[in-house]
Amino acid sequence: MPDKAPTRRMVAAGLAVMPFAAQAQPIASAAADVNRSRSSESFADAERALLAGRTPIAAGITLDVPKLSENGNSVDVLIRVDSAMTREDHVRAIHILSEQNPYPRVATFNLTARAGRAEVATRIRLATTQNIVVLAETSRGAVHRAEQEVIVILGACVDGG
Amino acid sequence: MTDITARVTMPTSARKGEIIEIKVLARHTMDRAVDAPGLKPSPRRIIHSFRASYAGEEIFRMALSSGIASNPFISFTTVATETGVIAFEWLEDGGAVYSRAATLVVT
Repeated sequence: MPDKAPTRRMVAAGLAVMPFAAQAQPIASAAADVNRSRSSESFADAERALLAGRTPIAAGITLDVPKLSENGNSVDVLIRVDSAMTREDHVRAIHILSEQNPYPRVATFNLTARAGRAEVATRIRLATTQNIVVLAETSRGAVHRAEQEVIVILGACVDGG
Repeated sequence: MTDITARVTMPTSARKGEIIEIKVLARHTMDRAVDAPGLKPSPRRIIHSFRASYAGEEIFRMALSSGIASNPFISFTTVATETGVIAFEWLEDGGAVYSRAATLVVT
């Protein structure tokens, strides 16, 4: 019981300092994140930042990932977006987001109309069983979204411990 | 590391207008930052960017994170427009840049 009062005071002090901490963060975070095992940005924050107020269309993306992956250290990801890939209307960017990894932003691909097809592939690390989210931005400002669960048997040890 | 072991897989020739697939695989540990208790802290050392240019014009770019598997594999496409050099660059933490180039003959 006696230690309750100091705790409350500490919480109040912490809250008072918070606005400054929140303001200072964006400047330092970009450089500091490199040497941290966990991003200061959550999955929800990352998705909100990429959407920038736009409502995603839940169609137009073929996300090919294994339903079950034995090894989270290397998971094949193939993304195909339905697009004519013309100069006027093409896929500009494809983002891979992870719900449970320490860093929600896994990769960003930047394409031009010269790609001919909006089709990219890579291999990613997954810390644990989770949903993979893909956002595709078109040159007309639309955003497409796809999501797929991957069951991971042996997770990538992304926490560094 | 002074150079990178990399393999580029793409056709050597294509018809004009044909969409070709380019696959690149580099040998790299993609070391994550370590700062967990009981472990010696070490900085992140990954390939953070990859880019490809075709006859001098950038056609593809990728931003990689520590969430990309070691020995990063990347596959993308491009339209064969003219005979020229397709150049690839891997950018590593710390400023090192590794490059490869391949010529595509367009008929």
